[in-house]
Amino acid sequence: MKRDAGKLGWSDVTPKPLWLNRRALMAGAGALAVAAPGLLRAQVKPLSPYSTDALMNTLEDITSYNNYYEFGYGKEDPKAYAQGLTVDPWSIVIDGLVDKPGTYDLADVIKGQTIEERIYRFRCVEAWSMVVPWNGFELAGLLNRVGVQPGAKYVYFETLVRPEEMPGQTGASLEWPYREGLRLDEAMHPLTILATGLYGEDMPKQNGAPIRLVVPWKYGFKSIKSIVKISLVAEMPQTTWNMQNPREYGFYSNVNPEVDHPRWSQASERPLGGGLFGGRVDTLMYNGYADQVASLYAGQDLSVDF
Amino acid sequence: MSAQVSSQSINQVLRRVPAWPVYLLGAVPLALIVLQVVMGELGADPVKTLERALGEWGLKFIVAGLCITPLRWATGVSLIKYRRAIGLLAFFYVALHLTTWVVLDLQFRWAEIGADLIKRPYIIVGMIGFTALLPLAVTSNNLSVRRMGAAVWQKLHKLTYVAALAGAIHYMMLVKAWPLEPMLYLGAVIGLLAWRAGRSWRRSQGSVVTAQTAK
Repeated sequence: MKRDAGKLGWSDVTPKPLWLNRRALMAGAGALAVAAPGLLRAQVKPLSPYSTDALMNTLEDITSYNNYYEFGYGKEDPKAYAQGLTVDPWSIVIDGLVDKPGTYDLADVIKGQTIEERIYRFRCVEAWSMVVPWNGFELAGLLNRVGVQPGAKYVYFETLVRPEEMPGQTGASLEWPYREGLRLDEAMHPLTILATGLYGEDMPKQNGAPIRLVVPWKYGFKSIKSIVKISLVAEMPQTTWNMQNPREYGFYSNVNPEVDHPRWSQASERPLGGGLFGGRVDTLMYNGYADQVASLYAGQDLSVDF
Repeated sequence: MSAQVSSQSINQVLRRVPAWPVYLLGAVPLALIVLQVVMGELGADPVKTLERALGEWGLKFIVAGLCITPLRWATGVSLIKYRRAIGLLAFFYVALHLTTWVVLDLQFRWAEIGADLIKRPYIIVGMIGFTALLPLAVTSNNLSVRRMGAAVWQKLHKLTYVAALAGAIHYMMLVKAWPLEPMLYLGAVIGLLAWRAGRSWRRSQGSVVTAQTAK
């Protein structure tokens, strides 16, 4: 099933896309202004109230600097080795405590959901950050459609395992499949999206095609890529980095400048895109989304639930 | 026999090759890095790329310096004349690596730098490595060797082992999971130090034996 350039892709779902597409970007000067070397300002005011108006990183930076261990350790590895990944056909198993479990074709997953642009800050646990214009829909929309049963407390996700197309999976760098999880209230939060594209294009393979999670107030590794399984469960699920090193990576992994990684500080970060002298800024609580999400954690000791 | 002859002839040729070209060659990686900076080819995270490249070159020169003596043991080829240049290059790259961290990465945020120096094991280990290199760089000249005497000077320069181990461990400690490259450096350093340790242990055993037979 080859897609022609002119045909619609996963980010082109009715209603009419609200994002600024790449053709418009390339058409030029009118669409975008270069605000700083390596950073772009959206000329169209972000339509979603959840979007930041911060300067966006370029498509080039967003697609050439990735952590995706299924394709290798290096930041350049995903771009180099992910291009052979088959993302069509694609289906997601949705099971556990849901009313309508099953294997859903990607088109079916997206059916009825509103794909919109969400310009989010993205903070890596390695203390660098970007601003990414995702295209996606709220995870809550999908969960409501499949019907969450009363006993469900957490949502568990898995990435594809396909060593013949994911060379990093032949090594033992991490235990495969890559696993992630959210508490149900986190999963239902309107900021939490399943993204199917960025910059108005289908999701690049190195960024987690064809569909990935984006949870902007948590460290980047929580935003699991290339999802093939979503389970509603009663118990807190096991998550990959927490399994790899429980002392360093907690289940919650909320961006928190006051709770350091045991090996390095999380007090500040290097926003990428500013070049060699781009500088360093203070990291914001919940990556700047405290107003929207702090209430989820009321009463929790964040140094324990890190 | 023929191996001995060829190592001797190599040494003879080397006698005519001065050490200064090593400095020139050693500056080539820096020149390439500067070129990448100018061309904007350091990727999305240029600070980290620069920092990593400088640190890795520091480690490479440290490992190269550690290879010189075992190479002589194994083949008879002596590169000892170039060791000072290699050592100073190592120091030079490590110093640039540290400067990049302070100036471009941490941007003179002294409070954070101070906290890192106290709290972060990988920073502490890295600083131990740099501190171990300092007296070596300062005494890497003929005057110092003369003033200190060869024996004391050689003893001091055993700090290289501390710097090498600290550098390799520092690299290993700052990565997530178990990527190959830092493990290779750490393996090389441990291997080269173990070779020395094994040899001096055998020699101490051997000298005991000869002392006994002499009696």
